[in-house]
Amino acid sequence: MLATRALSLVGKRAISTSICLRGGHGVAKVDDYNPLPDVQFVTELSAVQKSLKEKEKGSWATLSNEEKIALYRISFKQSFAEMNEGTKEWKSVIAGMFFFIGMTGLVVLWQRKFVYGPVPPTFESEWKEKEVQRMLDMRINPVEGFSAKWDYENKEWKK
Amino acid sequence: MHCGKYIKSQTVKLCIVVLHIDGIRSPLASRCYSHAKVETDEEFDARWVTYFSKPDIDAWELKKGMNTLIGYDLVPEAKILDSALRACRRLNDLASAIRILEAVKDKSGPHKDIYPYLIQELQPTLIELGISTPEDLGMDKL
Repeated sequence: MLATRALSLVGKRAISTSICLRGGHGVAKVDDYNPLPDVQFVTELSAVQKSLKEKEKGSWATLSNEEKIALYRISFKQSFAEMNEGTKEWKSVIAGMFFFIGMTGLVVLWQRKFVYGPVPPTFESEWKEKEVQRMLDMRINPVEGFSAKWDYENKEWKK
Repeated sequence: MHCGKYIKSQTVKLCIVVLHIDGIRSPLASRCYSHAKVETDEEFDARWVTYFSKPDIDAWELKKGMNTLIGYDLVPEAKILDSALRACRRLNDLASAIRILEAVKDKSGPHKDIYPYLIQELQPTLIELGISTPEDLGMDKL
């Protein structure tokens, strides 16, 4: 009994299930989600911790909250809350996104100024007015589309 | 390993439930179900309570049991947890007792009402053994 306790990791059962066999600490596959890991976090106990461990053998009601937390910390590196805590990485991601979108915007503006030639004359408002008038005169889509929306009596767009 | 058998029986149980919702009473023999015996919830619970109730349970068995139990797609019943907490007491392991409570809360996922219910059911045991919940110790906050 004492021997198995002392060599709990060397014992056959522990090795077959130990994470060390499968890849060492830090393997993060879902099937390694083990709330009670094989090895306790603090392997070498200080004198204070040893006496606390002795006290643990008695009634737990006599332990203060700090002592209970200390006992927890001996066995486990992180609490569930700490383990499940997200990183702040998303802020960097969003910042990076805005930065690169901004850069792209600058590139587009530069292109408009220095790369592209002038826009065709057909975009000028005077031209557009004549274009619309011509379309109305031709009765483009008179049933349900373009000219249907024009009020020819009052020479304005239908309300 | 109990795992595979349990998962299979879960699938079978699901099919049986669907069968009754349909209202169709065709006999099982006409469906292609396995003929393995399906373990009921009570049998499952009883098996695990017995596992943790072993008087000379050792630390490895406790860890193995808990890790396996948490691996299942379910939140353990209060009586199984009660048995596990008492096993922690026999092993003088308060840290594991608190960890079990944390794990159960984590296991409940989005169903926020399961954990308070379990704590309520386990309250007599928690008081008797002097186990503080993670909330009492402020460990549920960062």
